[in-house]
Amino acid sequence: MNAPDTTRRDFLCTLAGCAAALAGACGDVTHTEFFRSHFKELTPEDLDGILKKIERECETKYGKDVDVKNTPAREGVQFAYALDISRCVGCRRCVYACVAENNQSRDPVVQWIRVLEMDKEKGIDFEHANPYYDAETVPRPGHTYLPVACQHCENPPCVKTCPVGATWKEPDGIVVIDYDWCIGCRCCMSACPYGARRFNWKEPSLPADEMNPNLHVLGNRPRPKGVVEKCTWCVHRVRDGRYPACVEVCPVGARKFGNLLDPSSEIRYVLDKKRVFVLKNELATHPRFYYFYGL
Amino acid sequence: MSVFGQFLRFVTGSVRIVTRGNALYWTWILSLLVMIAIGATAYVHQMQTGLISTSMRDQVSWAFYIGNFTFLVGVAAAAVLLVIPAYVYHWKPIKEVVILGELLAIAAIVMCALFVLVDVGHPDRLQHLMPGIGTLNLPTSLLAWDVVVLNGYLVLNFTIVTYLLFMLVRGKHPNYAIFTPLVLLSIPWAIGIHTVTAFLYNGLAARPFWNSAILAPRFIASALCSGPAVLVVLMQLLRRFTRFEIQDAAIWKVAELMAYAMFLNLFLLGAEVFKEYYSGTEHLIHMQYMFAGVGEHDAIVPFMWTAVACSFISFLLFLVPQTRKNPITLNLGCGLIWLGVYLEKGMGLVIPGMTPDTLGEIYEYQPSRTEWLVAMGIFAVGFLLFTLMVKVATPIMLGEFRVAGDEHAHAPAKPATA
Repeated sequence: MNAPDTTRRDFLCTLAGCAAALAGACGDVTHTEFFRSHFKELTPEDLDGILKKIERECETKYGKDVDVKNTPAREGVQFAYALDISRCVGCRRCVYACVAENNQSRDPVVQWIRVLEMDKEKGIDFEHANPYYDAETVPRPGHTYLPVACQHCENPPCVKTCPVGATWKEPDGIVVIDYDWCIGCRCCMSACPYGARRFNWKEPSLPADEMNPNLHVLGNRPRPKGVVEKCTWCVHRVRDGRYPACVEVCPVGARKFGNLLDPSSEIRYVLDKKRVFVLKNELATHPRFYYFYGL
Repeated sequence: MSVFGQFLRFVTGSVRIVTRGNALYWTWILSLLVMIAIGATAYVHQMQTGLISTSMRDQVSWAFYIGNFTFLVGVAAAAVLLVIPAYVYHWKPIKEVVILGELLAIAAIVMCALFVLVDVGHPDRLQHLMPGIGTLNLPTSLLAWDVVVLNGYLVLNFTIVTYLLFMLVRGKHPNYAIFTPLVLLSIPWAIGIHTVTAFLYNGLAARPFWNSAILAPRFIASALCSGPAVLVVLMQLLRRFTRFEIQDAAIWKVAELMAYAMFLNLFLLGAEVFKEYYSGTEHLIHMQYMFAGVGEHDAIVPFMWTAVACSFISFLLFLVPQTRKNPITLNLGCGLIWLGVYLEKGMGLVIPGMTPDTLGEIYEYQPSRTEWLVAMGIFAVGFLLFTLMVKVATPIMLGEFRVAGDEHAHAPAKPATA
């Protein structure tokens, strides 16, 4: 950051001092947090301080050693996802694995993946879809199952609409949210055509023994109430070369994930050998999440 | 006396005016304060438990608060209906009440800001919207644009009104080289705030119910009905309780303009209904939810038919000169317009737009007790603010409150613009 900018920020900081005091009185917002910069403008020291603070808070709250990472996107990696509708049986194992992996709230129930049961004869028809079917009795004859989560669009309407830039597309294609920057206005939820975003309507509850301590600052770290969250393709795993939890758990191998730029990747194979489509193609959001009928 | 000294006396004089009043005045003020206290308590409860205390959920993630916000942006924008004829066509009788329109705009914008404030999950982070400290996501975010234009509109109207009143209170004419451009600027700006607010919905391709090019014109048309309805009632109240002289002709003219605006509003609604029902695509379901219900989900249907009936009856009442000029039917029409537009914007825009959700699920939303109480508190804040401003502005416009010496005793008794 250059000098004039710092001066301007300092000046505005002084001006807003009263507001800060007021906000501080309402919640436990510290001066540093109030005047924090946007995530992309944080200095390495500031970011390190933030990671450490989240670690301390988690250790106090959940009583275990946690590791909060900020693994950045790697050069030469463009993630994409493909799902074989003809294999999916609607067992919802992906939903539950995702909840466990990404520390979603148990009460109220927050799930990043919604599996829709559809009439085979109607094709993909959201109007008559049922997300509340009984997963014990699947697959029901005459039905197909369509799991939907964040599509990590090339042209994400949610990112466009956020008034404070709290959500953005990373260089490797993952759309992330900064939970410390989100003001909770829910514009992104109105803008998302895939119902992928979840709001924390109250303080999320997460039992300490079920808390996953392998955390990413823009991913699965525990969220506060009043902010939006969604699927990050398990950013804390995939940037370390692992599969997202839903891919790993899927009992029928319906889920494929990988690097578009790697010719030997599974995702490349699917795109080359299968005929894929995306949801709501007409909206030109250009999802990085492809569906196909493999059988 | 220095200008600063005069301004101090203007302020202290204003405080004196608002702290004096009869029993009716104090009953009104105290009832508003009680409502504000109840609303504030409900909001504290909402802050503690989270927005779960509203009926909003992931499926319907904007609802009553944002609907009220939208309605009030319309009320604020409607000041133009009075400003345009008054300043552009020099229609004498209307000029007197332009200032009231601008005061109404100020109160409405304050309510708008409060409705956004209570809707967000983290009001303690609103500094993220401030340029310099935060990152206002321009030019792509329409909410960011709305923050800019609404604050600008507030500042603009506040400046115009304060300047005009401060000149009048000193028995001076406003400097038209400054004043007229500001007033003229407020006209497109008023259209702008409602257009940007319409675009906030309009730009979302995910929501076909809102993704219609006539949404912004519909917003403007309905605003030109609801805003003046408040002013028509207010003009009559002022005429009764103060020495303020407002000619019948001014009221009738406003009512006539409202009839045209309501025609346009109904016409645009009809165009929307035709397109959806005739083409009958999958997008029809939102309008079906609104007017007929889908399956057993029909909670909103009676409200929507009430809205249509209110709008249509008030259109007829204001169209026919006899009923427009009869005080009973005139005020009935104002009430019906207010109710019709309030239901249409407050519930009929936001809720059907989100029901069914983008994956086809129907979650039937109805406002929770917390939402009603918080909304009541915000309306009470707006009415209180408006009452106090009108209480100060009226004696100034009547020439009863002056801060300069006797040499200005014969200053114009009406706004110099009249």
